[in-house]
Amino acid sequence: MTGPTAPALPAARTRLRVRGTVPAGGLPLGVRLGAGFLALVVLAAVLAPLIAPYPPDAIDLDASLAGTGHAHWLGTDASGQDLLSRVLHGARTSLVAPLLLLALAALLGVTLGTLAAWRGGWVDTLVSRLTDVMYAFPGLLFVVLIIAVFGAGMTTSVLALALAYAPTIAKYTRSVALAERTKPYVDAYRVQGMGGARICAFHLVPNLSRAVVGYLVVLFGEALMSLATLSYLGFGAQPPSSDWGLMVQEGQAAVVQGAPLPALVPGTAIAAVVVAFNIVGVWAADRLGSRR
Amino acid sequence: MLGRLLRRLAGLVATLFAASFVIFAAVYAAPGDPAVFLAGGRDKLTPEKLAAVREQYHLDEPLVVQYGRWLWDCLHGDLGRSFKYTDQVADLLTSRLPTTLELVAYATVLFVVFGVGAGIVAAVRRGWADQAVVGGTTLAASVPNFVAAIGLVALFGVRLGWFPVTGQGSGFTGTLHHLTLPAVSLALGALAVISRVTRQSMLDAAASDHVAAARASGVPERTLVRRHVLRNALGPIVTMCGLVTAGMLAGTVVVETAFGLSGVGSLLVNAINTHDFPVAQAVLLLMVTGYVVVTNLVDLVHPLLDPRVRAERSAA
Amino acid sequence: MTDTHGHRPAAGAQPAAGARMPSARAEQPGAEPAPAGSAAAEPEAAARGASGGAEPLLDIVGLGLELPGAARPLLADVSLRVRPGEVVGLVGESGSGKSTTAKAALALFPDGARPTGEVRVAGTDVLALRGEALRAHRARTVAMVHQDPRAALNPVRRVGDFLTERLALAGFAGNRAAVRGRAVELLAEVGLPDPARRLRQRPHELSGGMLQRVVIAGALAVGPRLLLADEATSALDVTTQAEILDLLRTVRREHGTGLLFITHDLQLAAAYCDRVLVMYAGRLVEHRPAEALFTDPRHPYTRGLLECSPTLDEAAAGVRPIPGRPPSLADAFPGCPFTARCPGAEPECERWQPRPVPLPGDGMAACRRLAEYEPDGAESGGADAGTDARGAAAGAEGVERAGADPSPGPVAVSAPARRDAAPGPVSGTTEGGAG
Repeated sequence: MTGPTAPALPAARTRLRVRGTVPAGGLPLGVRLGAGFLALVVLAAVLAPLIAPYPPDAIDLDASLAGTGHAHWLGTDASGQDLLSRVLHGARTSLVAPLLLLALAALLGVTLGTLAAWRGGWVDTLVSRLTDVMYAFPGLLFVVLIIAVFGAGMTTSVLALALAYAPTIAKYTRSVALAERTKPYVDAYRVQGMGGARICAFHLVPNLSRAVVGYLVVLFGEALMSLATLSYLGFGAQPPSSDWGLMVQEGQAAVVQGAPLPALVPGTAIAAVVVAFNIVGVWAADRLGSRR
Repeated sequence: MLGRLLRRLAGLVATLFAASFVIFAAVYAAPGDPAVFLAGGRDKLTPEKLAAVREQYHLDEPLVVQYGRWLWDCLHGDLGRSFKYTDQVADLLTSRLPTTLELVAYATVLFVVFGVGAGIVAAVRRGWADQAVVGGTTLAASVPNFVAAIGLVALFGVRLGWFPVTGQGSGFTGTLHHLTLPAVSLALGALAVISRVTRQSMLDAAASDHVAAARASGVPERTLVRRHVLRNALGPIVTMCGLVTAGMLAGTVVVETAFGLSGVGSLLVNAINTHDFPVAQAVLLLMVTGYVVVTNLVDLVHPLLDPRVRAERSAA
Repeated sequence: MTDTHGHRPAAGAQPAAGARMPSARAEQPGAEPAPAGSAAAEPEAAARGASGGAEPLLDIVGLGLELPGAARPLLADVSLRVRPGEVVGLVGESGSGKSTTAKAALALFPDGARPTGEVRVAGTDVLALRGEALRAHRARTVAMVHQDPRAALNPVRRVGDFLTERLALAGFAGNRAAVRGRAVELLAEVGLPDPARRLRQRPHELSGGMLQRVVIAGALAVGPRLLLADEATSALDVTTQAEILDLLRTVRREHGTGLLFITHDLQLAAAYCDRVLVMYAGRLVEHRPAEALFTDPRHPYTRGLLECSPTLDEAAAGVRPIPGRPPSLADAFPGCPFTARCPGAEPECERWQPRPVPLPGDGMAACRRLAEYEPDGAESGGADAGTDARGAAAGAEGVERAGADPSPGPVAVSAPARRDAAPGPVSGTTEGGAG
């Protein structure tokens, strides 16, 4: 309303490759706060070794379950490990793992979805059936089955979740790709004699990326929550990791003893990042024009 | 109508077959000897135990036969034997199932009452109430339920001491008292979905011409909302409630662990952490069956609520 | 004050003329008095008798409706009245504001719209009603019959539930059996076969014509004094349409209700109604006794509407669609809104603020060049309105007349007749429109 505010979020704009959509009334306050918070979290994760007051695994039994104070800003856990340091270090796995998960799921899902849309016929039917079967299954149970078979661990968790997410992404990609396929430029490349794989890889998929990225952004919060849940159940990150989900599990025993900080500090971190990401994600998805 | 029912039933059975086969065959996907895997790993493994496993699972026969026998046994209530608890798995399940079902039922009541209620308020009041409901429930949905569980325990269990922090209680009020915090943390995430579906469905219903016609005829607003808007919006709401309830069977895995409830969900977590695969298999089978059956039931209920859908489907 | 249509700035230029229109109408019937309350009497007699002395059921004076964001008002300077037992037609293209006008009787306006002017139903100032009083007004005094009965009924509730709800609104007291009995009576009254079974059926099990009967039964349940029929027959096939028209007429005769009949079909309105008002872009452009409108339309738009219906006698060449498109809310008009599509438009028309110009006898038209079309029309229009030929024509046989008796007839006859009789301007205009 008060004119274009293009410089309001240059970082986000270039990162997400938002083209030509200058917000008319500036960014909503919630989006600004969310984006700011996320930027801080990413910065803290990158700089964790520099800014954390203690090593994440420094055990100090004398300071067991200390409250907030000068020595330990956010208190300590049962083994006297500094919670602030652990949360800062934990941000790395807690943020990178969902990113990896989504990348893997996107690779699988986009490939399957594009294949289904491009080839049609039995490939399409197969992919559709596969996604239907996955939809008939609660996702968490599928992941738990894989973990039951292959054993707990971060790698298994990420792979299992990637497999669970892939059908959703495939279904979405298929719907977007079907529409994109009918556009004239595809025919033009075909007339030039370009192979199907080449058109898909170099022209079709890049044109889908906007919509797909928008979709992935919205999935990120969910991916982070799912991974944290697995770690909390003991299926994901294993000690001595400072993964937030695992920290909550480790700190849970102290809650009943009246020391909620060891569980609440990482728990709040998870919740805050998910909330911020959902606010920014929904906004970004709208900007990227992804249909849901 | 009957043909549709049969088709649906056939689909349900097919899904269950596929799911049970995946759950059964997962044993073969595990690295190493399936017998060792089923027995729970190499430590403390005796040749007798291994032989018992081979015998129980008919591991010497072809895969299809094994699956057939396993399924046959499962259908007859013989879910195998836990090599950790040295107990019949079926007995373990029956002793733990009531807690899980109570928890899911309690959480369902909570999210239906508050979720649908909030959705109605958002749709009818609009304005700030709408924003508050959407904002509040989105926030609630962004908190993983194990974090919510711990927050609730810290505040209402430890700090205020209103609710017990562990155990399932006895008697109706005791159970209610013990299960309140777990049910709340289980229901919290569902509030956003349900309230949003309710809100949207009601707004769609309220935009119909017949609502305008009824309003023009001087039908009081309260009656209008109840008889013409909510009643017509019920289809999607009930469907979504059913789906969420079905999904909660899986959600108990987390909440039961967080509150130390000995239900089916925590049984699954323990089974996996102690490599007790037969138990994990049985719980997964039970949960998937429950999920598939509930979602299909919901699909059957929908046309009963909406004669339009019924007419469409019987015409098709 | 309620009697004049002239107390507005727009029409202020000719206050006397504006006031003459309704009073002229009132004087004529006064000459042959009929009992005011005789609802069972012939409809014409009832209409005339009531209009002679009784206050009008619906009296809209200078109604305007502004919508924020729209380039022009939804309604401007709309005045109309419906007397007990009278059928008044409201005709126009979609978007002309006819439904909006009718809904004003229920104080139903689009969100954010600001009404000005006056709307009285049976003496009550509707625009001043709020809350419970407004709800009671909508529930009991006025009933509306909508275009698509399928959309007007809640698809998931039974027909019986619908009627029960309406009966409850009317304050019908009694146990379930009594309510049920009354519902069956109502369905029988609107001519639905096997009414008891209908109560248990849902809308999707009934045909459109049956549903419209149900809707009318629902309207009758509250015993309204005024019935608004908003394109009530447009969505029905021809034979059903005739049946519903007949039913509405019966209802009006037996209950003495006033009927505001909204349609886009000018031929139908002229055949069915006592008086017809034509709307364009939220304004009244012509208001005439039905017969006069039909035989001697005065506003170029009315004429255009008549000429764009195909007739039996004239070949396809005789059909002249009105050029251009109906105006949207985004179009603003400094002058007469019909200028762009009018065959006889002159540059001054674009600046001429439309106002009702009274016609001799009864009625008005809002056209700047009306005076130029005047000399001949004055006599024929006055004669038509004065004679009671209309009475017979628009009587109980009106429906059959619309269907069987060639309603094309008058058009075919009147079109050339008018051209012959009228001096230069008219024939020139018509040719201009054709060419």
